[in-house]
Amino acid sequence: MPEFAAAVAAALELIVTLDGDLLAIILLSLKVNLTALALSLVVGLPLGAIVGLYDFPGRRLVIVVLNALMGLPPVVVGLIVYLLLSRSGPFGVLGLLFTPTAMIIAQVILVTPIIAALSRQVIADLWAEYCEQLRSFGATSWQSMTTLLWDARFSLVTTILAGFGRASAEVGAVMIVGGNIDHVTRIMTTAIALETSKGNLTLALGLGIVLLLITLTVNAAAYAVREGAARRAALV
Amino acid sequence: MRSPPPILPLEVRELCYSANGVDLLHDISVSFSAGPVTIILGPNGAGKSLLLRLCHGLLEPTGGTVRWRGGGNPVRRHAMVFQRPVLLRRAVAANISHALKLHGLNRHDRRQRTQAALAQAGLTDLAQRQARLLSGGEQQRLAFARAWALSPQVLFLDEPTASLDPAATRAIESMIEGFRTIGTKIVMTTHDLGQARRLADEVLFLNQGRLVENGPADRFFAGPRSEQGRAFIAGDLLW
Repeated sequence: MPEFAAAVAAALELIVTLDGDLLAIILLSLKVNLTALALSLVVGLPLGAIVGLYDFPGRRLVIVVLNALMGLPPVVVGLIVYLLLSRSGPFGVLGLLFTPTAMIIAQVILVTPIIAALSRQVIADLWAEYCEQLRSFGATSWQSMTTLLWDARFSLVTTILAGFGRASAEVGAVMIVGGNIDHVTRIMTTAIALETSKGNLTLALGLGIVLLLITLTVNAAAYAVREGAARRAALV
Repeated sequence: MRSPPPILPLEVRELCYSANGVDLLHDISVSFSAGPVTIILGPNGAGKSLLLRLCHGLLEPTGGTVRWRGGGNPVRRHAMVFQRPVLLRRAVAANISHALKLHGLNRHDRRQRTQAALAQAGLTDLAQRQARLLSGGEQQRLAFARAWALSPQVLFLDEPTASLDPAATRAIESMIEGFRTIGTKIVMTTHDLGQARRLADEVLFLNQGRLVENGPADRFFAGPRSEQGRAFIAGDLLW
């Protein structure tokens, strides 16, 4: 496979020389994915904690819906966000279609249910253990929620990773609402799809390698944090 | 510092509790007053822990009332230590100071009270260790230190030494004495007769969800009035 080897070599050269196009795509990808992840955490963690903590009418339904939403097909989300943001849609006046903001919106919709559903499970398990003691302390609902989120922090790392994985690997939704416009909304996954179909395997592979490296690094760091915590303190 | 208004006596009237159609406590009426150490005795399943949880407000009775002096449930002026201590995934000192934070104390008071409680429990050297890595006895001492820091007027203890060895049990009993010395009302369950003899000023004897005897400890141990009480003291099996 001389062609493949040549492509890999060329891809590595792009990475090592910090090719301008490659760098721009990587930075935009990180910006979109991390912003979407941060917003999803702000919404998803409290949502997961509330559903994990409180008994309210329709709670089971909410849990089922959250779990189901974890498997939302990205292209469908892309299509819905596209319709909402398109010029004739309800939010068309905002002019967000084919911008990084539109991509962030689509990814927030995809990632939030994952954060909420997984954190709900973590919080519910910890609440089963802490419930009597926190009530004995006379803790308010807010105090219970913040105590649980803090004490579950190492277990929640896995949840956050799952959310980041979803955001960074996803291509269908961002392709539709971002449009994969060069230097505007082109991120790693959409660029790989495009360059592959164009036959430009060098750039596609270079991006693919970077995407893999980022995923590996993030997971390794999270693993180290979790393992370190477990060794030090039986915290998880 | 102005001391908070007293919450005792605690009046329990015709207290009933049932779950899934099974009556677990029947018609318990008893009054807890400040001072004497009250030990709730009885075999497993007698309803001892249930009575504590109902008094502490962790469970709602299905019948009857639990009435504190002054009304309502002054939950932050009584505390409970469980058979298996529930420790937060934090350092030893943080376990105490977080409980104080939940009670709304400022940083300065939290630090002072945490240090005093650690000293009281002999845990000062372990202050920065992770709580969940302590031995069973140390974990229970930490739970007591946490209760000490909260300075409750009433302390409910649910079989606090049931899973501890004799040395750890002795440490816990001396902490219970410490609470008695500062005037904290102790209400404790146990099925350990020797422990009950060492600690009790008054005894409630429960069997099968009913209050069978209620009176001074020396009278109960000298000669229970009920047949079930006599059998329990004699070490016969009750069911």
